[in-house]
Amino acid sequence: MRQAFAIGIGGAAGQGVATPGDIFAKIFSRRGLHLNAYNAYQSIIRGGHTFLTIRTGPEKITNMGDRIDLLIPLNQDAMDRHLGLLTRGAACIYNADTIKPGVAAEGAALCPLPVSKLADISRNKVAQNTLAVGAGLSMMGIGFQALEEVLTEQFKKKGEAVISENVGIARAGYDYAGANFKPFPWPLPMTENRYAVLSGNIAMAMGGAAAGVKFYCAYPMSPSTGVLHWMATHARKAGIMVRQVEDEIGVVNMAIGAAHAGVRSMCATSGGGFALMTEGLGLSAMMETPVVVIDCQRAGPSTGVPTKTEQGDLWQMLGAAFGDYPRVIAAPLDIGDCFKIIPEIFNIADRFQCPGIVLCDLLLSEGRLSVEPKDLDFAPVIDRGELITEGGASGSNGDGAYKRYKITESGISPRAVPGVAGYTHTAASDEHDEDGVLISDEFTNPVKRRAMMEKRMRKVTGIEAMVPLPELSGPRDAEITLIGWGSTKGVIEEACEILTEQGIPANQLQIRWLVPLHGDAILDLLQEARHTIIVENNYSGQFARYLRSETSFVPDGYVRKYDGEPFMPHHIVEAVKEQLRGESKLSVPAHEIMV
Amino acid sequence: MATALAATNHVAMADLKGKVDPDWCPGCGDFGVLAAVQKALVDLQIPNHNVVTISGIGCSSNFPGFINTYGMHTLHGRALAVATGVKLANHDLTVLVTGGDGDGFGIGGNHFVHSMRRNVDLLYIVMDNQIYGLTTGQTSPTSRVGMKTKSMPFGNIEAPVNPISLALAAGATFIARGFSAEQKHLTDLIKQGIQHKGFSFLDVFSPCVTYNHDNTYQWFRPRVKKLEDDSGYDPANWMAAMEKSLLWDDEIPIGKFFERTDVPTLHGAEPVLNAGALVHADARIPPDVARSFIEELM
Repeated sequence: MRQAFAIGIGGAAGQGVATPGDIFAKIFSRRGLHLNAYNAYQSIIRGGHTFLTIRTGPEKITNMGDRIDLLIPLNQDAMDRHLGLLTRGAACIYNADTIKPGVAAEGAALCPLPVSKLADISRNKVAQNTLAVGAGLSMMGIGFQALEEVLTEQFKKKGEAVISENVGIARAGYDYAGANFKPFPWPLPMTENRYAVLSGNIAMAMGGAAAGVKFYCAYPMSPSTGVLHWMATHARKAGIMVRQVEDEIGVVNMAIGAAHAGVRSMCATSGGGFALMTEGLGLSAMMETPVVVIDCQRAGPSTGVPTKTEQGDLWQMLGAAFGDYPRVIAAPLDIGDCFKIIPEIFNIADRFQCPGIVLCDLLLSEGRLSVEPKDLDFAPVIDRGELITEGGASGSNGDGAYKRYKITESGISPRAVPGVAGYTHTAASDEHDEDGVLISDEFTNPVKRRAMMEKRMRKVTGIEAMVPLPELSGPRDAEITLIGWGSTKGVIEEACEILTEQGIPANQLQIRWLVPLHGDAILDLLQEARHTIIVENNYSGQFARYLRSETSFVPDGYVRKYDGEPFMPHHIVEAVKEQLRGESKLSVPAHEIMV
Repeated sequence: MATALAATNHVAMADLKGKVDPDWCPGCGDFGVLAAVQKALVDLQIPNHNVVTISGIGCSSNFPGFINTYGMHTLHGRALAVATGVKLANHDLTVLVTGGDGDGFGIGGNHFVHSMRRNVDLLYIVMDNQIYGLTTGQTSPTSRVGMKTKSMPFGNIEAPVNPISLALAAGATFIARGFSAEQKHLTDLIKQGIQHKGFSFLDVFSPCVTYNHDNTYQWFRPRVKKLEDDSGYDPANWMAAMEKSLLWDDEIPIGKFFERTDVPTLHGAEPVLNAGALVHADARIPPDVARSFIEELM
């Protein structure tokens, strides 16, 4: 089992849950510890309830885990909702002036802070939060200096007085806990490593900057808005044109316009916005103008649950826009991969002049992870494909010989961008011939239409060759094979480890490239599998149905979750055991953390 | 809409002839608009590879195929969104957007309004025939009340949009109206629209000889009156323009309603573009900038 320590902080939106979270995250990552943070929240700006889980440890932390070691409820509601999650060895730090504790489980410690005695709360409304952070770090065995440094940075802009006030409050909490509360038996270690901590949205935005994206536009929509925020904040430094557009129809068409003029162009949205973009995806495919669209899935349908996660948009992506056309769909496996996948998909979209879709979800978009700084590579391979950016010798008007949609064996036709002399042509959403002349009205022609369809669709072969084959991780002769896609990689990985430790050897097949799927390779990998279970965050088993439609493969069982919250490792572990006992072929775990 | 740098090559009418001839009905107003655009580009000597003609869908939206410039024949109603992306990625290009009243004021109404308030530097020519032609004759957003069409056989009961008033309200910085049968006047408006730095809107009466039997050449001819012939009319006066835009029936003004030159263009207002067109920018982020992005997260 991996060494890990998890903190849960609960309170109302606007009560300052994020700040202690940020402080813990900074201290852990600077200590050389890995961390994973997930914030369960509601679509409300002030009030309601929000619960942040930060899990840390010396090895890679890939998900929120099963256990809360330290609970910090910032109000009575948070205490009432979450105290029951604590088990032996855990502790709960709370403001004894305002919060009544419930009954804690045996072996779980209640640690009341006499807040008004330790700090002047009339002057500092979030003093209780700072006291709790100090107390918590003391119990974790972390020296006070780390906290002092972070607080000094945090309040740098507010001046010396504010810094010393907050450091003083933190110190009071730290010392009080040292004198009154039992420290955790496992002090958090320290390593030489230093990590960057970022959300999937920031990772995708930075990945875009690294890929050479020069145009980004969006309409605000949770949980994708973080991409827009990073882009907007860093646009001028990065030399990226960032626009907020009137709707997602405008977004995708504006992005296509910029891409057509020759720059790498990207946009992000969630399911509802993506629905508006779908006609535009067809335009990208027909004009053969590459564009990358990110879909950050939230729980649907319709407005759905904007602040909750789901993997429910797969079929929308598979069927987006009418007609047949080459498309690429990739689902990042974790927050680090959110960065890496953007340059990769751009290289494919550019080379094959087709739309690329990144299928992310709220879990990755808004979750946070520690990543090795060297994995945020700002010098990835940039392959713009067959792009003509230099003027022809034939002068401004050209000799008319250039065929934008030239029929080729690969299906790829060299693409001239506007402004280049000698290559004028029209790119059309109507079907067209090699010259770009419409064959939709006066010149309809079944032979030409067929040739053009085949030209475009031939690109699929090339795309397949560029997309790596899926791999099985873990022992080949495992008793259980868990199959997942995208963001569930980390939690399934941990479930496999737990199962293996408990005497049920398990391996994992995690799908990153959804289109093209490499169905034959998947069947090869699954040939020796003894018991296969598909794990996904949706109701109908969208991936299971897709895999079946592509390969005829039917697994032995399914684990599905569609309550808006992500899987925890024990959900999968218990489902596997239930299915091995033959009790069920479909498990739908219940989420225990109520937000 | 700013003029791109003139090349040394002389631009002639023949250079601007498209790969195919227009497939519009004989007598369609759009022929006159095409000829006027070509003439304007010759007069301004803008090399055709520096021009992008972008349209949506409809009879008039087939325009890019009939002129030899870079062209994009996009989706119904989306030409302005696409054109904004083109202009922002390469603001050295002269961007012309062409389309019809259904495309621009109906399905594309949202982009029309927002493109004007953004002052995107392009010329938007609407070939306004007050009818849907390519779908064989349905009511359009500019069809008059009472007009009988296939979709409203008992007469239109919805008030038409007034494109000039709408453009004034939305903040377009150059607003004009032309008539396809007034070639010289129309060519002059197109040239002014191309040269204007900002969003130029040109609504052109372009009669549909097949489906619109109300708003014919004969109907327009005695009614249109050039604003340029009124020496007292000042196109810098927004209120006067708004008043003129409301005139209809007996006297219909054509010409330049309004122009202001003190509003920055969208690309001009964004410092990211100060260093030049994005399309020429280095793909790579400078290493020190990339490092600073990562350090923020540590």
